[in-house]
Amino acid sequence: MPGPSELEADFARAVLDAKADVPAPLVREAPGVPARRFGVYRNNVYASLIDALAARFPVTARLVGDAFFRAMARAYAETAPPNSPVLLRYGMGFADFIASFPPAGPVPYLADVARLEWAWHAAYHAADAAPLPLEALAEAVGDAASATLTLHPTLHVVRSVYPVITIWHLAAREGEDEPARIPADGEDALVVRPKLDVEVRRLPAGGAAFVLALKSGACLEQAAEQAAQEVAGFDLEANLAGLVVSGAIVGVGAEP
Amino acid sequence: MAQRQTGPIPPRAGVGLKPQHYRDILDAEPDIGWFEIHAENYMGEGGPPHAYLTAVRERYPLSLHGVGLSIGGSGPLDKDHLARLKALADRYEPALFSEHLAWSSHDTVYLNDLLPLPYTEATLATVCGHIDEVQEALGRQMLLENPSTYVAFAATSMSEVEFLREIVRRTGCGLLLDVNNVFVQAANHGFDAAAYVDGFPAEHVGEIHLGGHAEDADDDGSALLIDDHGREVADPVWALYARALARTGPTPTLIEWDNDVPAWATLFAEARRADAVIADTVWSDALSADQHGSCVAV
Repeated sequence: MPGPSELEADFARAVLDAKADVPAPLVREAPGVPARRFGVYRNNVYASLIDALAARFPVTARLVGDAFFRAMARAYAETAPPNSPVLLRYGMGFADFIASFPPAGPVPYLADVARLEWAWHAAYHAADAAPLPLEALAEAVGDAASATLTLHPTLHVVRSVYPVITIWHLAAREGEDEPARIPADGEDALVVRPKLDVEVRRLPAGGAAFVLALKSGACLEQAAEQAAQEVAGFDLEANLAGLVVSGAIVGVGAEP
Repeated sequence: MAQRQTGPIPPRAGVGLKPQHYRDILDAEPDIGWFEIHAENYMGEGGPPHAYLTAVRERYPLSLHGVGLSIGGSGPLDKDHLARLKALADRYEPALFSEHLAWSSHDTVYLNDLLPLPYTEATLATVCGHIDEVQEALGRQMLLENPSTYVAFAATSMSEVEFLREIVRRTGCGLLLDVNNVFVQAANHGFDAAAYVDGFPAEHVGEIHLGGHAEDADDDGSALLIDDHGREVADPVWALYARALARTGPTPTLIEWDNDVPAWATLFAEARRADAVIADTVWSDALSADQHGSCVAV
């Protein structure tokens, strides 16, 4: 008779792998291997993980339909089951998985929509912080191009060569059949939750590079320079104002 | 704003707190005894879940119910997870903390289900060690919930009730009696649910759970019940609940409805029904005291 840890290892392996044999030390009242009963556990494990992903990636699911999404989510769960009992963290790698999942190839923007949905989910649960009002920012920054900014802990940037925000908005709407005008260019999203509601905004050209540079600790001048490498005539003031009204800045520090 | 209550949970019905109902609850402040949360759903750093839970907690008593600690697992407890539970308990001051006689993690994988264990001297020692550790870390007594299971183990050498009794004796923990789990197990393993309830150590029950189950069929066509928390509590489970209450006396009772979550009014109606059963228990005790009491008619 195997010990408790071997029994548990066999059980876990057989739950995760539908093709594995039901562990031998199991019994039931009626004779025979309890395949159907063991199947309840197999189903519970995968169905609950797929449901969690479906709740977290609703627009991704809508874009490909329920059957496709559930099969894709199952493939992900088989490849990357959770490694923490805090299921809120589960799904961080789902977008990358979608990008490398051949059956999703015909929907090339799907992974970016999933990235946007993960950013939304992460922002929803991230730490709260009070945005800095404009006056406080102006006072602290002054003309100091060497100032660094502390960005909101909920802030995420999602860059896409596809019009990911437009697709996300259109697919999220229910029962509206007005013709969609989808821009040809890619869209970069700023995701932030200044209070209780998560906000998704389209960043202007260079904006994503600017915000990502600030996030990595660059001062205003350096961040503006990096943005200017992407777009000539990058407007520092307008981009900074956009971050302020989005509630994306929570603190200011001077570069040492 | 009302003062946060930190006393014991009232012996009334409560329900699981669901995001779909946050606004219904805060707007109407319904007359309900308490709320229970799944601890893991509030282990994010911030955001609406904490904002709403804080508001609900200012108005109602709270029970904290863990689903991911893997107390029945063969390996050591996850210390980080225990620390997260402690932080949550410190922040929200729940009147009760409960977890399951089950395991859900193996090595680094979290299986997100409550999986069964054999009942042996070896597993008894492991589970008791884990419960000691939990009660030490949280600085309080915990309640351990009886599971619903679909398979049994050849290695099992004692009954579930014997196993639970011995855990209580060794650790001083209390018990959470899930009446639906008893009903589901009795049907699946072919034992008498009433006898299980009659043999349960009622004096250690600090909370009762009631939930819905689904009916499936086993390979041989016999009934296979699934504990799915996705519908109303079944009538025979209500009857079993009344039988349990007659032994435990009025006890905080949770309506669990975690899947296909209904409108608030439907969930609230289930809680009212549980409150009515609790009230019936009190009255029938009073009536029988009357019959056997020393009052003399004049």
